[in-house]
Amino acid sequence: MTHDDGPAEPLLVVDDLRVVFDTDRGPAVTVDGLSFEVRQGETLGIVGESGSGKSMTSLAILGLLPPTARVSGSIRFRGRELLPLSDREMRELRGNEISLVFQDALAALNPVMTVGDQLAEAVSVHHPKTSRDELHRRSIELLELVGIPSAETRIRQYPHEFSGGMRQRVDIAMAVANDPALLIADEPTTALDVTVQAQILDVLRTVQDRTGTTVMLVTHDLGVVAGTADRVLVMYAGNKVEEGPVEQTFYETAHPYTRGLLASLPRMDRRDRGERLFQIAGQPPAATALPSGCRFAPRCPSFAADPCAQSVPSPQTVGTDHVAACHRVANLREESA
Amino acid sequence: MLTYAVRRVLLSVPIVLIASFVLFVATRATFDPLGKLRQSRDPSVLHRETIRLGLDKSVPEQYFLWLKGFVTGDWGVSTRTGGDVRKMILQALWPTLQLIFWGIVFAVIIAGFIAIYSAVKQYSLADHTLTALSYVGIALPAFWFGLVLIQLLAVLPRQQFGLTDPLLYFVGLHSPGQSGFNLDYLRHLVLPVLTLTITLVAMWSRFGRASMLDALGSEYVRTARAKGVPRRRILLRHAARNSLAPFVTVVALDAALLFGGLVVTEQIYSIPGMGRLFLDSLLTGDVFVLLPWLLVVAAAVVVCNLIADIGYAILDPRVRLR
Amino acid sequence: MSTGTASAGQISGTRAMLRRFRHHRLALAGTVVLVLLVVACFGATWIAPAKQGVQDLALGPTAPSWAHLLGTDELGRDYLSELLYAGRMSLAIGFFVAVVATVVGTAVGAVAGYVGGVVGEVIMRLTDLFLIVPAIAILALALNGLGSSPVTIVLVLSGISWTYIARVVRSQVLSLREKEFIDAAKVTGTSTARILVRHMLPNLAGIITVNISLAAASAIIVESTLSFLGFGVQPPRTSWGNMLSQASGLVGTPQVYLLYFPGLFILVTVLCVNFIGDGLRDALDPQGRQL
Repeated sequence: MTHDDGPAEPLLVVDDLRVVFDTDRGPAVTVDGLSFEVRQGETLGIVGESGSGKSMTSLAILGLLPPTARVSGSIRFRGRELLPLSDREMRELRGNEISLVFQDALAALNPVMTVGDQLAEAVSVHHPKTSRDELHRRSIELLELVGIPSAETRIRQYPHEFSGGMRQRVDIAMAVANDPALLIADEPTTALDVTVQAQILDVLRTVQDRTGTTVMLVTHDLGVVAGTADRVLVMYAGNKVEEGPVEQTFYETAHPYTRGLLASLPRMDRRDRGERLFQIAGQPPAATALPSGCRFAPRCPSFAADPCAQSVPSPQTVGTDHVAACHRVANLREESA
Repeated sequence: MLTYAVRRVLLSVPIVLIASFVLFVATRATFDPLGKLRQSRDPSVLHRETIRLGLDKSVPEQYFLWLKGFVTGDWGVSTRTGGDVRKMILQALWPTLQLIFWGIVFAVIIAGFIAIYSAVKQYSLADHTLTALSYVGIALPAFWFGLVLIQLLAVLPRQQFGLTDPLLYFVGLHSPGQSGFNLDYLRHLVLPVLTLTITLVAMWSRFGRASMLDALGSEYVRTARAKGVPRRRILLRHAARNSLAPFVTVVALDAALLFGGLVVTEQIYSIPGMGRLFLDSLLTGDVFVLLPWLLVVAAAVVVCNLIADIGYAILDPRVRLR
Repeated sequence: MSTGTASAGQISGTRAMLRRFRHHRLALAGTVVLVLLVVACFGATWIAPAKQGVQDLALGPTAPSWAHLLGTDELGRDYLSELLYAGRMSLAIGFFVAVVATVVGTAVGAVAGYVGGVVGEVIMRLTDLFLIVPAIAILALALNGLGSSPVTIVLVLSGISWTYIARVVRSQVLSLREKEFIDAAKVTGTSTARILVRHMLPNLAGIITVNISLAAASAIIVESTLSFLGFGVQPPRTSWGNMLSQASGLVGTPQVYLLYFPGLFILVTVLCVNFIGDGLRDALDPQGRQL
């Protein structure tokens, strides 16, 4: 596991990633010049509304975008460029070094295969010489790792015999079957009840503690990120709008969009409890009709005609390890100070 | 699983019974079993036969008498041949079952292959061609297709190459003096099986293609790809395996179509099966054959529907518990 | 994405539907060819090269030539003309079966679905019968008993194909019945008949239209099959089906070309009708899957 270039090179570096689909209404830009890195051992939360390009980013990393997608830029995993890799080469990475947990665990599990077979398959496609007994043992071990009781009998059951939360655990077990270096969890808790959500986040944390895997947690829910992630990246309409350590981003929020997201979170500690929740006015732009300037400008409360409608702001440093892409960052700082 | 099957069988019994009653009433209303005797100058013959066949009783009574006979194995005597109806039907059943067996085997293999191939190569030239062919297969009268096949594949080659025998035969299932499973049998089988299944191959391949595309676009296939499962295994073990249950159901449910197609196919190729028996009996007003014929075919279709249900339950674990 | 659906919604439903139909190239081609066929057949008196049934026994059967595009039959009749005249019967049977079956099937299906309960169940079990016995056997039986006039053929064919439409309509009505706007209509005291006609029918228009094309296509094929078995349109009336069945004895003879043309006419007509049906389905239900 020790590389010569040491811990200096992050596990995953995404640079100027662009994902475009051609549609009847012209090109749909779902990810536009996105750059970020995922560091060894950390948990990075990627937050955004649906359509912000966060799921497209995770699919792009795994090379799972539909063939109609045009992808450009660079995705480097352990220093290796992923975009030019063949499907066969990507297949060796998928589920082995980088794996994915999907949002809807019922749809994500094959309904006509037993849970045990699906777990065993995850192992055997990358380790074809594993014996049946070993696969069986490993499947049980994986179910126990994600906290599913009586794993012995459970592996013979089908996905529909599991509850929503249990299915999501199975999905996670499948994803970590080969101790991946990077685990991408795409909205892993969205389809679940609130109480179950917390359990699943717990499972993710346990798995991460045991296996030391790096986690990229994709969600629309800032609340999920708050308790789980080390750093957070906020996306809006295919762009990165803010990135930084969780604490800083939450308490020294630089971007108006992030502020809006935070203000719309229900919070028990707020004094204005009981009042109406804050909502960001308007709708995110369609991927086929992005505004020419800052993508958030039409909805931004601190909008100023001059820079905002003219050019797309580039990320600028606003604190240690903390960047925000807003023309009016400085003005905002003054206002809140 | 077993109780499920038993329950299905029990549920289908009343449907067959009601069907038989409706058919009984319908055939009694449209056919006169004594038609031939009406011309007779001796009214006592007519009277005697009326009593013997129980035609003086009410229709429900007649039905129960007939049903009792049917259940106990007394299916009556054909007015056309004077033979035992049960024997006639059992005899006709054999060539028909062969046709159905080979027809289903052929159609399922071809349609399955086309379905998988064109789903994988969606929008390719091959997919477009196969889709176009399936449109044609659905839109042509099968009997015409059969006749054209005889002309193009049997008659024309013989004329062109001056053969004494056609490559493919178009009369019966065996040459005189031949029997059993041999080359002669296969040369007889090709054309009727093609005629019988052309529409089904077209329909099943389109259905199969659609459900394969469904499966290939599903999230569990995406999960399998995310796990790094190789392409071929995704196709067969995940996508095709999931499309199998609906496919088997459609195949089994189309059985009635297959039996209907037999009437035409056996007529074209002079195969002495159930289809020929039906037509011959109908044209001669042989009502004592028609009724058991309809019942046997209805029972066969019900069995096929049953296979559909059981097949679904076996192939899709989600059904079993319900 | 949300703006996309919003802008589509601004165009009136009918116009959007027509636009989608026009974009369906096969459906458009099918419409054009079918219209040409219908005009040629029903205008045969003026268009056809020869009058119906004009014989030329001295000429006898000839292969296709410039004088007779599709050749002549054993009585020296121009085959193209005969086919055009016969097309009137085949097309009319397809049309009337589609109309009768759709009207009956929609009415029965709507009642069975809306009234539900025992009545609905009994009606539906009745349609089950038709699934158990091969349709061609029932049709042959019925036509053998009733005689094969064009009217009985239409009635008997409709008698089978209404059941399919009834099933589809019933299941649609069953799901529509639970919708809020139907509840609203009930609460405001609208009569059952009015609910069915004013509120349900417009929502059923899609599947009903598609089924008209399906029923017409299958009626044309089934009539030809019945003709082959001897239960279709009887001479001296002609249809593509009975021309085809008359030509069926020509396999292996020099006049075998007479076998190809009626079959091709049926094939082309049914293809056109099916393409139109596909186009209609896509136009009326853009989300519907293509099957």
